[in-house]
Amino acid sequence: MPDQLLYAIEVSLNGLMAGIMYSLVALGFVLIFKASGIFNYAQGVLALFAALTLVGLQQGQIPFSHVINAIFGTDLHSFGWTLPSVVAIALTALVMVGMAWLIERLVLKHLVNQEPIILFMATIGLAYFLEGLGDVMWGADIKKLDVGLPQGINETIDAVTFNAFGYGFFIDNLDIIAAFVAAALVLSLTLFSQYTKYGRALRAVADDHQAALSVGISLRFIWVLVWSIAGFVALVAGIMWGSKSGVQFSLSLIALKALPVLMLGGFTSIPGAIVGGLIIGMGEKLFEFFAGPLIGGATENWFAYVLALLFLVFRPQGLFGEKIIERV
Amino acid sequence: MLYREAGDFKTSYVKDSQTFPIKADRMAYFALLAVAFGVVPFLINDYWANAVFVPFLIYAIAAIGLNILTGYCGQVSLGTGGFMAVGAYAVYKLMTTFPDVPILIHVLLAGGVTAIVGVLFGLPSLRIKGFYLAVATLAAQFFLVWLFNKVPWFYNYSASGQITAPERTMFGIAVTGASTPAWAKYLFCLVILVALAWLARNLTRGMTGRKWMAIRDMDIAAEIIGVNPLTTKLSAFAVSSFFIGVSGALFFAVYLGAAEVGEAFGINKSFLILFMVIIGGLGSMFGSFAGAAFLVLLPVLLKNVLVGGLGWPTDLAAHIELMIVGGLIIVFLILEPHGLAQLWRVAKEKLRLWPFPH
Repeated sequence: MPDQLLYAIEVSLNGLMAGIMYSLVALGFVLIFKASGIFNYAQGVLALFAALTLVGLQQGQIPFSHVINAIFGTDLHSFGWTLPSVVAIALTALVMVGMAWLIERLVLKHLVNQEPIILFMATIGLAYFLEGLGDVMWGADIKKLDVGLPQGINETIDAVTFNAFGYGFFIDNLDIIAAFVAAALVLSLTLFSQYTKYGRALRAVADDHQAALSVGISLRFIWVLVWSIAGFVALVAGIMWGSKSGVQFSLSLIALKALPVLMLGGFTSIPGAIVGGLIIGMGEKLFEFFAGPLIGGATENWFAYVLALLFLVFRPQGLFGEKIIERV
Repeated sequence: MLYREAGDFKTSYVKDSQTFPIKADRMAYFALLAVAFGVVPFLINDYWANAVFVPFLIYAIAAIGLNILTGYCGQVSLGTGGFMAVGAYAVYKLMTTFPDVPILIHVLLAGGVTAIVGVLFGLPSLRIKGFYLAVATLAAQFFLVWLFNKVPWFYNYSASGQITAPERTMFGIAVTGASTPAWAKYLFCLVILVALAWLARNLTRGMTGRKWMAIRDMDIAAEIIGVNPLTTKLSAFAVSSFFIGVSGALFFAVYLGAAEVGEAFGINKSFLILFMVIIGGLGSMFGSFAGAAFLVLLPVLLKNVLVGGLGWPTDLAAHIELMIVGGLIIVFLILEPHGLAQLWRVAKEKLRLWPFPH
């Protein structure tokens, strides 16, 4: 096989892997949008906050130590213990559930029945707040997240492809794990929503708020539930992205990468989020590979959006979105 | 008692449809204009001009622009930063290519260029609606910023990739460049703002504005009663982009002086201006001003209190500021989703009834 083609295959495989990472973030968006019609801009910041909390708990940092030091002139830094990853992850999941409850209690409860744009703005405000809170609690320096996931080139794939084509593909172990995690996540979400009582309630709420209320489903509980699940998805995304590129502010910007994925897949479809992620990931990597050198590179910043935009012109509800029916 | 319509007799239709039907409002408006033109320029210094007045005037233009699109025509846009960048780079190219033409003409032409770009990116709005459109406008944001970063022609092949405003004059007085006096910056922006606000007010209450509002309230119904969605939506995009382009041109040429596109016109700028519009009040001229003033003053105030008053380190103060801004936005949306303009309306209504509340 010619080299160029092999490179292209390698690039598209890596694109698919990157796409799965986008999908992980997009999943959280879809869950919340389906259940409450809220376009949750804060999903990326939730991932950042979860990752920060995880690192902080793991390393036994004292929360708010910067503020305490600044006010009282003390020199506090850490409790002096390190937690095993599993415990830290479980504790962070608890924190995210608490966060979901607080968000419902303090923000969403008061904004029921507002226009979508107001709710959207509120989540942007929430994103700002959480971003500031994360930095104030755990400090703004770049942190390394290590929960014991393998990283670096997968030797097996490298060796197999080298024997077959005379050219070893570079695929990161972490990306492969991310793919499996995403698959497991989608599977468990599907099972949860199809076969459990709360899953059924969730689907009822997604279908029709008022009808769900009238048969005795507590909307507020469902909202806490769905934000908790979204918080958990954010934690998973935070672990994956944090292991890949360190826990830092730019982690919150992956939310922006998840938006074209959503547009392409449709705001209301979980399979859409995965398929959209794969298309976007592969598309932008291939475009950068073929067209990037001709027009100056760094096309990944915008290509996903333009692709999604062009796509939407032909199918305004996205690939798997519910058909938009309008009546006067 | 003083603030009411009684005794203010309207004798013609023109008078009946004036912007401020109550006499006290009219007087306050003229007094404000008199202070803005006649008093402030003599008192202003560099700190006040750069920290408060000039950014307020420029952001007010942008907020009016976005309010036309989002508040009056109902099309949510997250591409404001990108369109401001178009205005900035257009005025830069014009200033350096035609140095002898007065700067005012360049600024207006830059608005025109932005209007064309805005129409181009507004075309998908005919098919895409709601949040899908909001996300689609992000394409404009990222693509435009990338374009101005990657194509050297836009920044005249300068080594740093920055654009720097050369000195240009109006009536022999510098309004751009390093040696501009504070009052000249202020007056230049003020004149443009007043002219554009007047234009926007009259557009939004005329036939154009009514068509925009019909599309906003329900586009299919509007189409059925004979409003052409193509021309209406695109005219909103054009007018809005013109305003935003002018504000971008002023932001670069008068306020910053030198700009790097990703930093000055990034996605955060888009959100900032959207916040101004939402906090001020969608579909309200007063709201655009109030929102701009609020979000320009708030960081200045917080910075003075936290760093100057409490003596905290700047990075910590920056994070706390972020928390406070985010928290305030949420509190505001909960207390008054229709923005400062609604509070103002309620206050005026109360004032009209005073001192008899029932």
